[in-house]
Amino acid sequence: MRYMLLIYANEAAMATAPSEKTYQISAAYGAYTEALKKSGAWLAGDRLRPTQSATAVRTADGKTNVLDGPYADTKEQLAGFYMIEAEDADAAIAWAARCPGASAGTIEVRPIWEMSDYPSAN
Amino acid sequence: MDNRPEIARAAAEAAARQSYGKLVAFLAARTRDVAGAEDALADAFAAALERWPQTGVPEKPEAWLLAVARRRGVDAVRRRQTGEAARDHLKLIAEEVEARMTDEELPDERLRLMFACAHPAIEASVRAPLILQTILGFDAATIASAFLVSPATMGQRLVRAKTRIREIGIPFRVPERAELGERLGAVLEAIYAAFAEGWTDPAGTETRRRNLATEGIWLGRLVASLMPDEPEAVGLLALMLFAEARRAARRSPDGDFVPLAEQDTALWDDTLIDEAEDLLERAAAKEIIGRYQLEAAVQSAHTARRRGGRTDWAAIRQLYDALLALAGSPVVAINRAVAIAEDEGAAAGLAALYVLGDDKRLDDYQPYWAARAGLLARLGTTGLAAEAYDRAIGLERDPAVRRFLQEKRAKLTML
Repeated sequence: MRYMLLIYANEAAMATAPSEKTYQISAAYGAYTEALKKSGAWLAGDRLRPTQSATAVRTADGKTNVLDGPYADTKEQLAGFYMIEAEDADAAIAWAARCPGASAGTIEVRPIWEMSDYPSAN
Repeated sequence: MDNRPEIARAAAEAAARQSYGKLVAFLAARTRDVAGAEDALADAFAAALERWPQTGVPEKPEAWLLAVARRRGVDAVRRRQTGEAARDHLKLIAEEVEARMTDEELPDERLRLMFACAHPAIEASVRAPLILQTILGFDAATIASAFLVSPATMGQRLVRAKTRIREIGIPFRVPERAELGERLGAVLEAIYAAFAEGWTDPAGTETRRRNLATEGIWLGRLVASLMPDEPEAVGLLALMLFAEARRAARRSPDGDFVPLAEQDTALWDDTLIDEAEDLLERAAAKEIIGRYQLEAAVQSAHTARRRGGRTDWAAIRQLYDALLALAGSPVVAINRAVAIAEDEGAAAGLAALYVLGDDKRLDDYQPYWAARAGLLARLGTTGLAAEAYDRAIGLERDPAVRRFLQEKRAKLTML
């Protein structure tokens, strides 16, 4: 099954962290990504720029409404993601627990809604 | 009074649930689709519950259920319109299961199903209901009444949990050694929760609840037989049997509450107690201590009274010390305080109880207030004891226990 690991972290804390801590976290993510790739679980993954770079877009009555800022104002923000292939929920949860972000923030594990999960037409 | 028909009916029902659970587990383990498996077997199971009590249990109960499921299944599925999933299961029944049924026994996947139901990604409060429904075939309304929630709410929770099992890919697997302890703990906790819900109806006046205690024991036997080397699985079964053995003694003929210390030991079920003692010994021989073994050991110490022995409160206190260190909870702490009071006197017990005083969870916890009232009464502090009894009475939901506490309080003011 494919799973999305959504990494939620406290942006403000990350921004003010001393540089050696930032370096240590980056190194940990590097090792984690490498481990995912070596074991064949990695499908995709990237870090997102902070929510100050976010733009929220909605359309209504034919007009496009563009807002400066994230969709929701929350304590922890979406900071990055991995898309992985895992045998089952246990394997996906195990990968989420290894993610460096799990010790400081929250990793949300979401199964992908595969095309084959849609009911067939008949 | 001839209760043979009643016994035959219960035996037939147990057999139907046994076969049904095995089939649901077998199908669900292959598809991860619990609801689909249940749907495919629903009509056959209903027919078994209706017919077996009259005709007796067929020689090959699972084959009987499968044959009926196939015969009735297609129409039923069409009627319910749950469509594809159940139909797939019927196909699976036709192909794989029936091929197996001809010569060999159906593999027992119920343990794997239980581990899926008690998975950490399933909300803790729904694990016990889920096991009762999938393994034993109880309907949502019956489970809801036992757990004191509305049938609609229980139905929604069960549906959601089954959807989660399928959608998030919860495995049907007995966990690896490294995480077995914690995961088995969740399974045992769910079974104990089912038993405890049944246990709260000591008089057995509510059939649904009484049955739940029986089903809890049945599930405990199943797990203990499938995992005979897990001391905690065996320990839990011992604990439930010790408790069940005292059921008849917990109420007077008039329905009044009888505290453990005043129970007529002649009413205790010696066969069950002996079995529990054997199980506990077998578990302890593994030398891996755990919560359920300790609690069973406490029960064992309480039953020493049946052979004319005295209750060894010092030993009980030590067991609670160990329990507190292992899995500290207010419940354990309260029981430990009561044991200290019996061992060293009411003042020492009260001191142990007061240490807990600022735990907010105790504000609406009846046993805390009842224990506190009892100890204050023994120390002659009538005013405070009366206050504590009032709190306990106000928090109790069982009328017999409420009456018992009210009598205690009334005696207080007469002094």
